[in-house]
Amino acid sequence: MVLSKELKLEVERTARGVREDIIRMVNAAGCGHPGGPLGMADFMATLFVAHLNLKPENRDAPDRDRFILGNGHTCAGYYSLLAQRGLFPREELLEFRKFGSRLQGHPHRSAELGIDMSTGSLGTGLSVGVGMALAARLDGHGSRIYVASSDGESQEGQIWEAATAAAHYGLANLTVLVDFNNVQIDGHMRDVMDVRDLREKYTAFGWHAMDVDGHDVEAIHQALCDAKTESERPSALICHTVIGKGVSFMEDQPGWHGVAPDNEQAAAALAELGTG
Amino acid sequence: MDLSEAPRIATREAYGLSLAELGKSRGDIVVLDADLSGSTRTKYFAQAFPDRFFNCGVAEANMLGVAAGLATGGKTVFASSFAMFATGKAWEQIRQSVCVPELNVKICATHAGLTVGEDGKSHQMLEDITLMRVLPHMTVLVPADATEAAAAVRAAAEHDGPVYIRLSRASTPVLFPEDHPFAIGKGHLLRDGTDLALIACGVEVVEALAAAELLAQDGFAVRVIDMPSIKPIDEDLICAAAEECGAIMTVEEHQVCGGLGDAVGEVVGARCPVPVHKLGVHDTFGQSGTPTELLAHHGLDAAGIATSARALLTTLAADNKKGRA
Ligand SMILES: Cc1ncc(C[n+]2csc(CCOP(=O)(O)OP(=O)(O)O)c2C)c(N)n1
Repeated sequence: MVLSKELKLEVERTARGVREDIIRMVNAAGCGHPGGPLGMADFMATLFVAHLNLKPENRDAPDRDRFILGNGHTCAGYYSLLAQRGLFPREELLEFRKFGSRLQGHPHRSAELGIDMSTGSLGTGLSVGVGMALAARLDGHGSRIYVASSDGESQEGQIWEAATAAAHYGLANLTVLVDFNNVQIDGHMRDVMDVRDLREKYTAFGWHAMDVDGHDVEAIHQALCDAKTESERPSALICHTVIGKGVSFMEDQPGWHGVAPDNEQAAAALAELGTG
Repeated sequence: MDLSEAPRIATREAYGLSLAELGKSRGDIVVLDADLSGSTRTKYFAQAFPDRFFNCGVAEANMLGVAAGLATGGKTVFASSFAMFATGKAWEQIRQSVCVPELNVKICATHAGLTVGEDGKSHQMLEDITLMRVLPHMTVLVPADATEAAAAVRAAAEHDGPVYIRLSRASTPVLFPEDHPFAIGKGHLLRDGTDLALIACGVEVVEALAAAELLAQDGFAVRVIDMPSIKPIDEDLICAAAEECGAIMTVEEHQVCGGLGDAVGEVVGARCPVPVHKLGVHDTFGQSGTPTELLAHHGLDAAGIATSARALLTTLAADNKKGRA
């Protein structure tokens, strides 16, 4: 299914909003992780706008879709998407990481906010996704379970235990989107601990796995549509992205994994994003 | 002790520097990290001795297994990550592959406790002392400042067997001079007094000292003990405090269940029974906030400790009167 013109515009507008929010939030907090979610903004916006069935009206519905941010440190972008989808006021985003805030440094499960799972410890998300997918199947509803993960997180053994189980149970209602930006904390992933070809790995584990340009919203949309046509295998989108995408001085820089831009840097970033 | 002018150095920084220093004389030392070498400060060792450093990636359970394997080859292995992941992800590997076979692996975990701050509950490890203390053959050290952290690292390198060292992210005042006499199994009397004994570890030692100062203004003479060696613990120092002060208050940025307070309580209950009041985190997870906000929220800053101590001293005085009447 092609992405309609209106929907494509909405995805692009949402992704721009995500990028601006990330800069403002992390700058206001004085700490946090801007790089990863800037790179994820395009595929996450495509998922949240065009696929994930989550809105304020259905947040309590047992048969709605679920989302888990396995790479929980990238939550600035996730919170922006939840706010833009109307789950809570967008002004609240500036409370990110502050004492007493609902927007914790790493996601904390909250029915109110539409956050389906607590994460932050890498490696834990996909297993929970397997459980959610099994529960949905037991209850016989057609909800889909989406899990975001990353190349760095793919170093955790638990990911591969979950991948084995998901294929074994034939969880066609489970989709993982892997942010593959070749960056982790200590440097470029290929230098620190090379996870190699994740499409080949997921395929060998019995998944329907696809390489996708993580900044091409039409390609991502197509891959998410393909995932929905699978009847027996879980799907993996290996989303090839650039960390810091959209802010030239952050692009492909491991140093921007977990450092907040100061006021001057934030202004420069927002100017580049077109809203300074 | 006036600490306002003292230099502030995080214990993780002292760890990284002393490890790189030890690397010069100890060719048997091998260091592992799990994609956090900048934060844990093992990067200093990695830069100086790249051949004896292995970055294991985000795979802590595997890292502890690799550490055990290296130790069977005669290496003294230092393995680092955040306290949450070093002890939480890899507890079973620490139990089965390190402690059961009594291997020479030193787990040096940073970013322990509430003072991690804004990262919140997923990263604020409040159960590690409990998890490590319960393991046979494990030594557990929680240094109070940079000097003590460096000394703990040297002691761990000398010690034959598994050691856990709990380190902090936050910069805290340097309390001790270079010749500070550190030894596994020994605590330190920092301030004398007989109304109450505060026994603290890690970043809470500074807070306990400041609390004692506040309490002195109210006329209370409070003893302060630094207890960096949680296992083995300094039983004689604890019993002397129990006998001379009549009551003990323990202070830690950790769950009260199973931590320093329980370790002290076990000794007091068996050898020298007096009331032991435990300050720490009470059966809850952390949350985002600055270290200062979080310590205050849990009553673990100097003011909070002083408030709890005053309440305890008042109760004890009332009980005493009743007892005499
Ligand atoms: C189990 C666990 N170990 C370590 C960490 C600390 N940590 C947070 S993000 C990260 C790097 C993850 O790599 P990736 O998701 O690829 O990073 P990004 O692309 O966002 O820079 C690490 C080691 C963690 N959160 N959880």
